[in-house]
Amino acid sequence: MTNDSTSSVATEQPLILMEAVEKWYGDFQALKSVNLSVRKGEKIVLCGPSGSGKSTLIRCINHLEAYQKGRIVVDGVSVTDNHKAIDIVRQEVGMVFQSFNLFPHMTVLQNCMLAPIRVRGTSKSEAEATARRYLDRVHIGNQADKYPAQLSGGQQQRVAIARALCMQPKVMLFDEPTSALDPEMVKEVLDTMIGLAQDGMTMICVTHEMGFARQVADRVIFMADGQILEEAHPEIFFKSPQHPRAKQFLGEILAHH
Amino acid sequence: MGYTLDFSVVWDHMPALLWGCLGTLGLALAGMSLALVIGIFGVFARGSHIAWLRRLVIAFIEITRNTPFLVQIFFLYFALPSLGLKLNPTVTAIIALGINGGAYSIEIIRGGVQSIHKGQVEAGLALGLHKGEVFRLIVLKPALRAIYPSLTGQFIMLTLTSSICTSIAAYELTSVAQRIDSDTFRSFEVYFTVTLMYLAISWMLMSAFALISRQYFNYPTR
Ligand SMILES: Nc1ncnc2c1ncn2[C@@H]1O[C@H](COP(=O)(O)OP(=O)(O)OP(=O)(O)O)[C@@H](O)[C@H]1O
Ligand SMILES: [Mg+2]
Repeated sequence: MTNDSTSSVATEQPLILMEAVEKWYGDFQALKSVNLSVRKGEKIVLCGPSGSGKSTLIRCINHLEAYQKGRIVVDGVSVTDNHKAIDIVRQEVGMVFQSFNLFPHMTVLQNCMLAPIRVRGTSKSEAEATARRYLDRVHIGNQADKYPAQLSGGQQQRVAIARALCMQPKVMLFDEPTSALDPEMVKEVLDTMIGLAQDGMTMICVTHEMGFARQVADRVIFMADGQILEEAHPEIFFKSPQHPRAKQFLGEILAHH
Repeated sequence: MGYTLDFSVVWDHMPALLWGCLGTLGLALAGMSLALVIGIFGVFARGSHIAWLRRLVIAFIEITRNTPFLVQIFFLYFALPSLGLKLNPTVTAIIALGINGGAYSIEIIRGGVQSIHKGQVEAGLALGLHKGEVFRLIVLKPALRAIYPSLTGQFIMLTLTSSICTSIAAYELTSVAQRIDSDTFRSFEVYFTVTLMYLAISWMLMSAFALISRQYFNYPTR
């Protein structure tokens, strides 16, 4: 819908900046000199074979994983081991997981109100109003008093998206949000994400949904073996991938669809 | 058989026995509360990134679970006064029961915490909650639900173990029974009755636990 950020883009600092980031799990290097810069309002789709480091990359952004070398800056805040920095960054970065991770002992509404009240110090009434607004937006407002176990996978994932949005983050990270869903529920979640993209949210999505990538991504980033090997507009990436690994990967993906 | 049963003795001492039941129930409930607190804080400390705290908890569990309860309670009651800490029997009994039950509870609750998907913790952290909040608000309740039968089983054990507190003359059912027995020499009648009373106390507690479970764990799981 809006993309007023493009006008001021020349002077604007990136919302997310990763510089020469390296990450090891013990002896195993999961990220090798990763560089990435994401502007406000940009939508990035991250893809690559299993084990290539996609999850690791986005989990470093909100410091669910620590990294050992390089630099990550989110909205001007350096993501280090410093607790204050981590607190600030996590408030600004929403995350949606493959396995939904709704809290089973809280209703949908309570799931959405918890963090705004606890972390942002929002009043209960305001948190509830915000929660209901976002639940309506993901078309699940009428399920607010249900528990997660009473919802379908697609509904749960939409609640998870609403829950993240209730913190009014500047960036949303998605880690294969549709991979755990039955095929008939994939669309409702993708449609929600498309709506979010159209409203101007900055997004990094790990997904193999190529239709989604075509429709919303400003850039597709291809990773393999902990490295970013290719970065291109989706039309270009899908039509003429450059790197042999990317060609092979796309071949496999298309064979599966 | 030369022995004729005479339950009138029991009947005469019924008020004392019932007070004894209350004493046992009181010790048990206080001991459980302390055990639950120790259990929950113990689990959190056991998972701390502070190494000495972790080791302290492990040492506490090892020592408590591998020594007799009778020795523990004697230690608290008879040895601590040498260090200048004199406690009355009831307080000593509660502390001993709480410590002993707490050590077992830590291991039980820890099992529950480990059964919680790590995605729950990550979701909480990603929302900006701190580790302690994640534990308290997100992990604890489902974890307790997962191990509720073992935990309440342990609490029944604790209740029955409270009879050992008779050894420091704490006020509870067994000590009352011993007194009546030595006054009347009606061992069979007294201990038969006391056995039934312990059974009744256990059943009452189990019903209460079931009720609490229905109230507190009222959310559906699939
Ligand atoms: N906690 C961990 N300890 C050790 N190695 C890990 C850990 N997490 C991930 N790895 C390894 O790091 C590499 C990258 O993992 P990552 O989960 O980021 O891959 P991915 O691209 O998200 O894969 P997938 O498509 O399967 O989700 C893999 O080889 C994985 O085995
Ligand atoms: Mg992954």
